[in-house]
Amino acid sequence: MIDVNRRVLPGFGLSLGYTIFYMSLVVVVPIVAGILKAADLSLADFWHAVSSERAIAAYTLTVGASLASALVNVVLGALVAWVLVRYEFPLKGLLDSLVDFPFALPTAVAGLVFSSLFVQNGWYGRFLVPLGIEGAYSRLGIVIVLVFIGFPFVVRTLQPVLEGLQRDVEEAAACLGASRLQTVVRVTLPAILPAVITGFALAFARSLGEYGSVVFISGNMPFRTEIAPVLVVNRLEEFAYTEAAAIAIVLLTISFAALFLINLLERWMARYHA
Amino acid sequence: MHDQQTSRGLRRAHEDPVWVRRTLIVGAVGTMAALVGVPLVNVFVEAFAAGPGAYWDSLVNDPDTFHSILLTLMVAPVAVGLNLVFGLAAAWAIARFRFRGRAFLTALIDLPFTVSPVVVGLFLLLLFGRQGFFGPWLQAHDVKIVFAFPGLVIATAFVTFPVVARELIPVMEALGAEEEIAAVSLGARGWQLLRRITLPNIKWALLYGVILSNARAMGEFGAVFVVSGHIAGKTDTMPLRIEKLFQEYNLPGSFAVASVLAMLALVTLGVKTALEWKTRRELAEGKRLRAAGGER
Repeated sequence: MIDVNRRVLPGFGLSLGYTIFYMSLVVVVPIVAGILKAADLSLADFWHAVSSERAIAAYTLTVGASLASALVNVVLGALVAWVLVRYEFPLKGLLDSLVDFPFALPTAVAGLVFSSLFVQNGWYGRFLVPLGIEGAYSRLGIVIVLVFIGFPFVVRTLQPVLEGLQRDVEEAAACLGASRLQTVVRVTLPAILPAVITGFALAFARSLGEYGSVVFISGNMPFRTEIAPVLVVNRLEEFAYTEAAAIAIVLLTISFAALFLINLLERWMARYHA
Repeated sequence: MHDQQTSRGLRRAHEDPVWVRRTLIVGAVGTMAALVGVPLVNVFVEAFAAGPGAYWDSLVNDPDTFHSILLTLMVAPVAVGLNLVFGLAAAWAIARFRFRGRAFLTALIDLPFTVSPVVVGLFLLLLFGRQGFFGPWLQAHDVKIVFAFPGLVIATAFVTFPVVARELIPVMEALGAEEEIAAVSLGARGWQLLRRITLPNIKWALLYGVILSNARAMGEFGAVFVVSGHIAGKTDTMPLRIEKLFQEYNLPGSFAVASVLAMLALVTLGVKTALEWKTRRELAEGKRLRAAGGER
């Protein structure tokens, strides 16, 4: 069938050619340019630019906040996916549609709203700030917006897997004398674990590069609440182009590593389900 | 009697007790309310805090804000158009043919989802900026790309280009090539095939891809932030205008612009839900017809 298609259907050369041309123009050329620019620096200068205390604080915060938000999303996402697949209740359809809201909402709007919710007289802040919980202009705020941004990934990866689970497996476990808790922990959980991990990885990867929402809520204080993308912009505004490019390369490498890991996971998952 | 007891016991073992069910539903609804519901209501409450007159004023009678709306309305369609052509070409190549490097190409399409938008913007600056690779040439020929309209379009196109392709590829793979092969064997030529067979088959996925990529394009912030130079009334798009008004402590103005983009997000979700519902119904209809013995 494979070779038949290429002989029968038209447009193989044109469509593939255009795809490759467009992607090279829009994606590959800028990335190569960035890498070449960073290569202007000597190895020592590059190392100096990417390993300053401020830069290391920024990477640590970026990776740490992304991990924390992805972990929170695993719990919240699993809860929402489970409820949407297994239970019936009023307005379920609306809830299901709203899961995608963070995908559709511009990140700048998310950042603006969450910062206004968590400031001292905001809707959440007026209850939380007296308790000593500072959601705005803090590391906590960064995690909160990243939870919002990454939330749909876990739900949307888990939902189809949960729907595809055969109920009779759980019934069989029950017949064999397992309690409900035992069934969930020993039968259901292992079956959805690969999807949970993929959802986690997707939310994590998305959070690594996030800029728009974080810039509103974090306050962007060096060493405390400055994430790596913000540091890139700050270096740029000081016209330190090569240093900005060097930090960008580090950020790019972390993202590629995350992407590579996701691909491995997906392959592993496909084999697991086959 | 005995049978009934067993089945009740069975159900208890594979269905959750009522209190668990209720707690989990409350937990999930609460999560969604806190994370999505309250923020959504907050946008509109803050935007209309000073009344509809002030809202209208801050959108239309602030020349810089009004210009940002017009600019977004110009940048997004160009970027979406580019995405559309690319998406169709990529989906045709990837879903209909097998070739060496196909898996790599598919992975490469996902790239913009993982690269930080800020990094994208920076790299475009390094390419087209004054100190960039093409900078001297562009200056000599008086072509402006960064800090101008073309830069905004390129940055937006980079960040959003996978959206249409990603919607189309799975749909076209699921459809299979049978109808197209049949059409070709009956003498359909290239454009005829596209217009009469492929496009009608994928129209809903295509429409959703366009709408989603439009929402992304209008909301793009990071990449555009870097290449725009934030010149008010010149290169500020709507999301950038939100940030600038926020920095100037003009919260009502900022929320007014944000509310327009939030409405756009709601419309996008509405269209998505409607299309999903439609597709499900068409699928069910097809199944019913086949079950009745009719040919579709």
